[in-house]
Amino acid sequence: MFSYYLQLGLRSLRRNPLLTALMVMAIGFGVAASMITYSVFRAVSGNPIPEKSEQLFIPQVDSWGPKYNLTGNEPPYALNYVDAMALMREHKAKRQTMLYPIGMSALPLGGQSIPFTVQGFTAQSDFFAMFDVPFLYGSAWGTAEDEQRAAVVVISRKLNDKLFGGANSLGREITLSGHNYRVVGVTENWNPKPRFFAVWGGSSFGEPSDIYIPISRALDLKIDTAGNNSCRGRIDYGDWDGWLQSNCVWVTPWVQLDSAAEVAQYRQFLEGYASDQQRAGRYGWAPNVRLRNVMQWLDYMQVVPQESSVSLLVALGFFAICLINTIGLLLAKFLRRASEIGVRRALGASRREIYMQYLIEAGSVGLAGGFLGLLLTALGISGVGLLFQPQIARLAHLDVALVGLTLLVSVFATVVAALYPTWRAAQVQPAWQLKSN
Amino acid sequence: MMLQIKPILSALRRHKAGAVLIALQTALTLAIVCNALFIIQQRVAHLSAPSGIDEANLLVIENSWADKLSKEDADAQQRADLMVLRRLPGVQDAVASNSYPMRGGGWDQFITLTPDQTTAVGDAAVYLGDEHFMDTLGVKLIAGRNFRPDEIRPIANRENVMPPVTIVTKTLADKLFPDGSALGKPIYAMSNTPTTIIGIVDVLQTQSLADWQMRNAYQSLIWPMRLVGNAYYILRAKPGQLAMLRKEAVKALYAQNRMRVINDDGVMGYAEVRQKAYDSDYGMAVLMGVICVVLLAITAAGIVGLTSFWVGQRRKQIGVRRALGATRGDILGYFMTENLLISVGGAVVGVLLAIAMNLWMVTRFEMHRLSLFYVLAGVLLLLLLGQGAVLAPAIRASRVSPVEATRSV
Repeated sequence: MFSYYLQLGLRSLRRNPLLTALMVMAIGFGVAASMITYSVFRAVSGNPIPEKSEQLFIPQVDSWGPKYNLTGNEPPYALNYVDAMALMREHKAKRQTMLYPIGMSALPLGGQSIPFTVQGFTAQSDFFAMFDVPFLYGSAWGTAEDEQRAAVVVISRKLNDKLFGGANSLGREITLSGHNYRVVGVTENWNPKPRFFAVWGGSSFGEPSDIYIPISRALDLKIDTAGNNSCRGRIDYGDWDGWLQSNCVWVTPWVQLDSAAEVAQYRQFLEGYASDQQRAGRYGWAPNVRLRNVMQWLDYMQVVPQESSVSLLVALGFFAICLINTIGLLLAKFLRRASEIGVRRALGASRREIYMQYLIEAGSVGLAGGFLGLLLTALGISGVGLLFQPQIARLAHLDVALVGLTLLVSVFATVVAALYPTWRAAQVQPAWQLKSN
Repeated sequence: MMLQIKPILSALRRHKAGAVLIALQTALTLAIVCNALFIIQQRVAHLSAPSGIDEANLLVIENSWADKLSKEDADAQQRADLMVLRRLPGVQDAVASNSYPMRGGGWDQFITLTPDQTTAVGDAAVYLGDEHFMDTLGVKLIAGRNFRPDEIRPIANRENVMPPVTIVTKTLADKLFPDGSALGKPIYAMSNTPTTIIGIVDVLQTQSLADWQMRNAYQSLIWPMRLVGNAYYILRAKPGQLAMLRKEAVKALYAQNRMRVINDDGVMGYAEVRQKAYDSDYGMAVLMGVICVVLLAITAAGIVGLTSFWVGQRRKQIGVRRALGATRGDILGYFMTENLLISVGGAVVGVLLAIAMNLWMVTRFEMHRLSLFYVLAGVLLLLLLGQGAVLAPAIRASRVSPVEATRSV
């Protein structure tokens, strides 16, 4: 029966090719616009570390006070040096890392080559285990290296290829901005999107990092942040050390807390720290702390670009209009065949049969629209660089899931759109049709 | 024409579904097209804002040193670099700065009129440069004077020293001193030490062009300082020399000192800076434009399709009307009026939808309020579109011959 109805449907679609083409195009364009914008939205709004996003938290401490805080008395996005060092020393979480982005110059081996820039992060040893960084060779440095302020470095696979031709470089030395570092680990290609741990300090969709060095070493060498630095009030400091003691925030802390109890405990610790500072006279205000997990942080920082949400919404609206258009055209198409339906009903076809026949016909329109949509989606994704910044456009890609979704959405949406016209078709009174003709 | 409205309404009651569908489609299309046109206008306005600098002849080179240099060494190296650059044939002038207009972010500082003021009067982009800064960028001095060479001091990163004198943009001057008395006045940039306004320049765009920074647009100031260490060299080429300088300038710098890093993407003309700064605006405008065009086409096609169906359905009635003396014009007018009624109904709902959609985007994405002009333009556009779309089927209807009345099919 299905294949017979499909045949009938196809024959009817061939009868007015213009109307059919119109419907197929409407669905194709509508679904393609939605899928292209969705593919970008999916990439920018995804959970970058699904298995641990509930356990990773970014503590914020109010070090500016109500006079200078962000809208809604929200504390600053990061920590100043003094608070960062205090939280680091206390080490109240099972795992924790302080970090800030850096940019350095790297000098390849052999005297004749010219230096190039590398970028990455300063971090503590826990960084790698906390964020599940995969390693190609070696591993993270240990807490001992953190304490000894050791000149060690973890480099990316890409940098390892560039400097060492992809060979195991553990134990080799590289020169970064005039100082030597011993390679202790080489990471696999790793660049979570969005780069949740450096949303404020760095760039959410930036290039993958080349290097990671211990924060203790970086501070010894006075390596400046390559990311944001935000200050309030009067900032009359004269040099690096003055800057460290100022209220300028630039260090991002992350902690791993595995249970609700640990979260509560850590929150209590933060509150305690803030009231200690108040008692000591460093803060002139009541404790005001935040402890957001990965997704809460990404949401708060509005990581999804406005362009992405707006274009997805507009595309969905566009799709809705295409479907309303399809409802109208299907209605016209089905009711034009009222007499045909009348004859079939008179010959004993039940309403159910009519429903079946017309929904199958609509489904085949949807499928055709889906294939057109797929083609347009593929085309659109390759041209998405026109619409979004290159670093975001690169994230959009066509995969099996998107192909399946495109076809499924087109067929499903068209069948839903066909419900009303089909219902009208099934309501056709056989007697009425037979009489009037 | 007016007499026809009553019969049209009663005929519409016979095919409510189709009329409602066209009205709904018109309403949604109107809502989206209004907002899309508005977004396009906003983005185009944003990306065509003038920068105040001689973009056609400017080249930016991002320079960083391979080694960590002491302040004295970095200063000497930078002075040597600037000497080399200013002597290059084809270079009109050159300057070293911490940033450049439209870079996409950078140093900005709250400005107050007294040292104790806690609410800033303005947030200003900070450019460091010597007496060559204005000439290099092609910024126009409209009051006061330029820096003197003896006022320039080199500073290292994180060395936060207040310069005694400063040059500000007119926008910043007017914000701080609305009565126009800015010249010679002290201002405070997050410090106890004042800095005195000695010059006012016309237009100089800020570093960040982000939406949330737009209330600070054109609020820039120049400090008589050279940031030694990693900095941007800005070159102004003599007309027509820019392409040649791209290679020559980098070559000359490497010849001066090899231990530096200048990445390929660290050398940019302003065409690239502008493209990078505005690519999402440009992209949004294009996307909204494409969506508008396709949407209008689909809506028009839908109207053609449904009206054709109605015409086909009513051939007999049309024939009867014609036989009873209705002219072709009457039939044409009937379908045109019918469409107008449906479109107006849709437009009323659409206007409400458009405003609701915009208000939602205002709260969710901090967009601007939709101006009434775009709503009216959208309504007019859709009414014309409806009339245009209905024209072909209506003409076909008007050609139905009175003989049809006598046919029994």
